Amino acid sequence: MGFWNNQLSGPTDPIADAAWEEPQPRKGFFTDTSICIGCKACEVACKEWNAIPEDGLGLLGSSYDNTGSLGASTWRHVAFIEQTSERIETARESGRRLVDLGMPAVRAGGAGAPSGLNGARPGVDSDRTADAVGARGAAGTAGVTGEAGPARGATVDPTGDQAAAVAQANTAAASGTIPDFRWLMASDVCKHCTHAACLDVCPTGALFRTEFGTVVVQDDVCNGCGYCVAACPFGVIEKRQGESTVKNLGVAQKCTLCYDRLGAGQTPACAQACPTTSIKFGDLDEMRAVAHERVETLHANGFTEARLYGADPNDGVGGTGSVFLLLDEPEVYGLPPDPRVTTADLPDMFRKAGVAGLAMLALAAASFLGRRR
Amino acid sequence: MTTNPFDADRPPERPRGARRRGGRNGGRQRRDESVMVPDVEFQSYYGRNIVKAPPWKHEIPAYLFLGGLAAGSGLVGVGGAARNLPRLRRGGRIAALAAVALGGGALAKDLGRPERALNMMRTVKLTSPMSVGSWILAAFGAFAGLSVVTEAGRELPDQDSLLAKTLRVADPPATIGSALFSAPLAAYTAVLLSDTAAPTWHESYRELPFVFVGSANAAAAGLALVTSPTDENAPVRAMAATGAALELGAMEVMKRRMDPLLAEPLHEGTAGRLLRASELLTAGGALGALLFGRNRAAAVVSGLALMAGSALTRFGVFEAGMESAKDPKYTVTPQQDRLEERRARGVTDDSITTAR
Repeated sequence: MGFWNNQLSGPTDPIADAAWEEPQPRKGFFTDTSICIGCKACEVACKEWNAIPEDGLGLLGSSYDNTGSLGASTWRHVAFIEQTSERIETARESGRRLVDLGMPAVRAGGAGAPSGLNGARPGVDSDRTADAVGARGAAGTAGVTGEAGPARGATVDPTGDQAAAVAQANTAAASGTIPDFRWLMASDVCKHCTHAACLDVCPTGALFRTEFGTVVVQDDVCNGCGYCVAACPFGVIEKRQGESTVKNLGVAQKCTLCYDRLGAGQTPACAQACPTTSIKFGDLDEMRAVAHERVETLHANGFTEARLYGADPNDGVGGTGSVFLLLDEPEVYGLPPDPRVTTADLPDMFRKAGVAGLAMLALAAASFLGRRR
Repeated sequence: MTTNPFDADRPPERPRGARRRGGRNGGRQRRDESVMVPDVEFQSYYGRNIVKAPPWKHEIPAYLFLGGLAAGSGLVGVGGAARNLPRLRRGGRIAALAAVALGGGALAKDLGRPERALNMMRTVKLTSPMSVGSWILAAFGAFAGLSVVTEAGRELPDQDSLLAKTLRVADPPATIGSALFSAPLAAYTAVLLSDTAAPTWHESYRELPFVFVGSANAAAAGLALVTSPTDENAPVRAMAATGAALELGAMEVMKRRMDPLLAEPLHEGTAGRLLRASELLTAGGALGALLFGRNRAAAVVSGLALMAGSALTRFGVFEAGMESAKDPKYTVTPQQDRLEERRARGVTDDSITTAR
């Protein structure tokens, strides 16, 4: 029964569940939005490598984002969000709240928070006071200092420009200053969920789980029913529409995590093109480890707004194959705050439908049996 | 913030602080007042939808109606066969085949690649209500077709011929098969809608199957009221009344039990208008059938009202789900609320957002 219990929700190994005889390590992305510069090289590289057709040229009036969202012909999408100090403060506060909640709690009887975080806590607490007193508006005016600045710097390796950046960050954290403006940039992509709703509901078997644990559409099998579009909790997959000359017209399309490149031992196009290493690619275990390390570093430097998205195998989709480091609430980036794979409720749905079907039969039978002609 | 002449055409900033609910930027209230977090405005990415509405056009709600009509008509045919009511039996069987054929055609037409419609039969997938439904539809269609053929066998001039005898033997299995697959055909479409990320459809999964099977019985009884003579229509009048009662009752329970925000698309806009009209037509048709069904004209009018009511129910529920997918507030707010609710209970290990 253990096998069946994890087929619709909960932590599991999707490659083993798909019964691959020669499973590969599960591959994934770690997209660190804190070092994204919004160059859109990922969008371009993806379009080019995968020969994705043009899907509209226009200005959307949403900062530098003119692609809008992920879709049939946009497999990487860079989001741009402009925020003033007030929003930054809120983001920092909400991130701090996550830390205070101790998420994720260790499920099977382990220790509490890792030592790195505990070390940072006094500093974090002093930030709170500092933020409350000083932060709004002009930089560097608040004269409140925290006590933990030097201790935090110890977790990173200060070399070259990074040293200056760390020093700056430490000063900012210690004095409670918050910039009066920031740009959030984030390269979004298919999450390659552990429990992928698109894959679960696909009636033709066009969507399948690869030996790398990713989810890929077979263009020549998909008949464009559109069910996966409705099922995806992240709004990633879409049916391609357009002129009759367009490739794979009427077929569901999304990121394949460059299945063709993975097979040849290559890095996906977007990760290869990313000039800042904001998009990292590798074994998912490693990606998660890098993500955990990075968020700890940022917390230690006073950036409590940093948080991970998709790194928890206990979440509603069993953890994602694409992990993100975000600097604000997920919905700010157009990501759902608590996605749940819709098929988790499927057994209950079929049960209800079964009872309803019996009710239908009973009512019809009663109508015919209970009356004279 | 620095300004320069190039900033002059910067769009106006959104007002802050004020909590709003409704519209593209509905606000929400934190439940846990002890946590020192200021009330956060409902955030979205430029008001864009998070989940995508399916690329389904009006063929899909039309199929929801036709599939239900076929399923209910199948039962009318079975009932007619069981109680030896030839007009109901014949009418039900023909209606079932016609509706299932039209419905299947509508489904194929809505595909991105209609020429690959048969790929639906490529696999059997229990996690996909559409796969399960395709097989139910195929099986029901086969038995509905067989029923019409055996029905035609009754009209053969030479009833002692081998063909006529064979068809007589095939008649009971055709009836039983129709009976077996009719209820799944009517009920699975509710699962089809609910097993999606469209918030209003998913949230309605407990009651929607009851709405749909009630609606199916009411529509089929309505059609039978139109096509059958008054001396045979007593059973379908009862079926119309009970089906309509189940549909209206389940819909009412559904709307009450749902998160009020997610029930909103069922009350507002096009969907709201469709569902209100559907309620009136269904209730009116059922009463008409029950009270005046012995009158041929009244039976026909009631039957048409019941069918229209059923169709509008399907279009209304369809439209409501599409709307709920298009506005991010229906995705974000309930998810935030359930996340907060779990955190308030001390469950902090199952969030997709983690601090480390």
